[in-house]
Amino acid sequence: MNPGTTTSIKRMIRQEVFPTPFCPGCGHGILLGAILRAIDELGWSMDEFLFVSGIGCGGWIPSPHFAADTLHVTHGRAIAFATGAKLFNPELKVVVIGGDGDLASIGGNHLIHGARRNIDLTVICANNMIYGMTGGQVTPTTPHGAYTMTTPQGNPERPFDLCQLVAAAGASYVARYSVYHVRQLIRSLKRALQHPGFSFVEVLSSCPVQYGRRNELRSPVAMLNYFREHCVPISRAHTMDSAELADKIVIGEFVR
Amino acid sequence: MSAQGWQTVSSVLPPGRYFLQGDEACAEGAIAAGCNFYAGYPITPASEVMERIARRFQELEGRVFVQMEDEIGSIAAVIGASWAGAKAMTATSGPGFSLMLENLGYAIMTETPLVLVDIQRAGPSTGQATRPAQGDVFQARWGASGDYEVIVLAPWSVADMYWQTIRAFNLAEQFRVPVIILGDEGIGHLRERVDILPEVRVYNRLKEQGKPPFGGQLVPPMPAFGEGAKLLVTGSTHDPWGYRRTADSRVQAELVDRLSRKITERREEIVQAEAFFCDDDPELLLVAYGFTARSAYRAARELRMQGVRAGLLRLATLWPIPEKTIREKAACARHVLVPEMNRGQLLREIQRIVPHAKGYNKTNGEVITPGEIIGAVREKIG
Ligand SMILES: Cc1ncc(C[n+]2csc(CCOP(=O)(O)OP(=O)(O)O)c2C)c(N)n1
Ligand SMILES: [Mg+2]
Repeated sequence: MNPGTTTSIKRMIRQEVFPTPFCPGCGHGILLGAILRAIDELGWSMDEFLFVSGIGCGGWIPSPHFAADTLHVTHGRAIAFATGAKLFNPELKVVVIGGDGDLASIGGNHLIHGARRNIDLTVICANNMIYGMTGGQVTPTTPHGAYTMTTPQGNPERPFDLCQLVAAAGASYVARYSVYHVRQLIRSLKRALQHPGFSFVEVLSSCPVQYGRRNELRSPVAMLNYFREHCVPISRAHTMDSAELADKIVIGEFVR
Repeated sequence: MSAQGWQTVSSVLPPGRYFLQGDEACAEGAIAAGCNFYAGYPITPASEVMERIARRFQELEGRVFVQMEDEIGSIAAVIGASWAGAKAMTATSGPGFSLMLENLGYAIMTETPLVLVDIQRAGPSTGQATRPAQGDVFQARWGASGDYEVIVLAPWSVADMYWQTIRAFNLAEQFRVPVIILGDEGIGHLRERVDILPEVRVYNRLKEQGKPPFGGQLVPPMPAFGEGAKLLVTGSTHDPWGYRRTADSRVQAELVDRLSRKITERREEIVQAEAFFCDDDPELLLVAYGFTARSAYRAARELRMQGVRAGLLRLATLWPIPEKTIREKAACARHVLVPEMNRGQLLREIQRIVPHAKGYNKTNGEVITPGEIIGAVREKIG
């Protein structure tokens, strides 16, 4: 069986949990597959892993799907729970998966302190730029001007650049991709998983139901096209001025 | 981890006579009980627990200490470590305890053994950091959301702090629950003699695989992460194997019921209270805990010398409340007085059992003296 194929990664999922709870067009399922493909291509066993996740649709990516040890915790606290498990048993490969609200808003303090400690965790942020599970409220990564249930006039605040944030705090592997860029994403996840120290991968994920439909990206395809058109690799971003970059999302590996 | 169930182990501190602070005795009790993970955040009057642990864990093998970014992270790390197989603890005071409550609820829901020490200080809020109080009796009982039972121990001396901390770990491991030690600044910062015995009885959780880790029996076995059990741990309502069942009324009802029953059905194994001067059915019964029980002891002794048939019931467990013992000891007492460094918190629970109980209360950040208790008694019985 070729590693990374659909048949191969099926073994890594608890079959009894299908169908997944994700809405049609949700990017979290693509990310779920990408994480398993990365692990499978590395040839690692799920028994070596502990997946820790918080509350939100993003937190449901590993729990209960992954056939491994999973710890599904309180909203925002996954990195702190993971810190305890990893420190006590350093043999565990500990991966944290959470949404943008979970990791960057309520859990922002644990995120920067995890990065500062440079503790050996892989943190994957499923960033759909919205509180998906609670019905579409603004998060710290919602773009300026975007419409949400709590910004009916458009978001008046600026979003975090999560990659810059964790890089400044001391993370030693930092990358950003979207669920449109699956091959690059899998390659990056493999590097993050192999990296000793705090590795952070931000993954722009599509949420046509709670984000897209209020921002002229109603269909799943429109959201993926949005990522295709707005994401520019670091190398190209270097050649662009700030006006050209204004509505762009820079993707690639920021810290290696 | 070492063998499962009850074990006799040698005390880590060489046996002998020590002069320790209450907070230090707590740290040593934890070490003796096998605590091998500690996460905390500084706060007066509990910081000395963490400082002692930080130093002692360096000298001992296989024990992990981390100072976290806040109390939310501290108890989170403790729960994560517990599931990785650790005997884990954190210590704090009122404000930090408040921050821990959401994850305390998580520990109750996921049946995670841990020890949470609250060295109470005067509140509400930041209050008086260096002053004693007993204002967290209900924060400990009902602070987390939802319906649950909880085990809360209240030491009254430095030596008792040592032994109660060991007991807290044993109860946590036996019942798969968080156990709270409700100390107070008076005990935490007191220095007195502690006799360390050569051996300690400790209980290590049962880890059997192949059985549901969240049901099937009152206290299910708890394998650790990394042992191949493919554990599904969640604070959401879950079935015996850990699968989320967030809209199933039967699963919700059964889970909440069992989580409570594992304490209520074995209440008599948990509750502890000590009676002093109670052999002749005292006419006046003092019911006290923590530092206040020391003053009550002295008051009862002096009242005896003054010809008053006074007795003391010292509560070692606050929750579950030693209801039977309280009812028995108070049966013949015309007067029941409950002195507390709060505005009458445990009094409410005592009055549920003994309706004529009265309180003597003080919330000025100072301990209650024996003289004040005697004065209150004289006022009541003349
Ligand atoms: C302490 C606490 N506050 C609020 C909530 C409610 N809540 C549940 S999911 C969620 C939002 C999650 O959003 P995000 O992390 O972005 O994940 P997504 O659903 O978008 O994948 C919130 C606020 C909660 N469960 N706990
Ligand atoms: Mg989100």
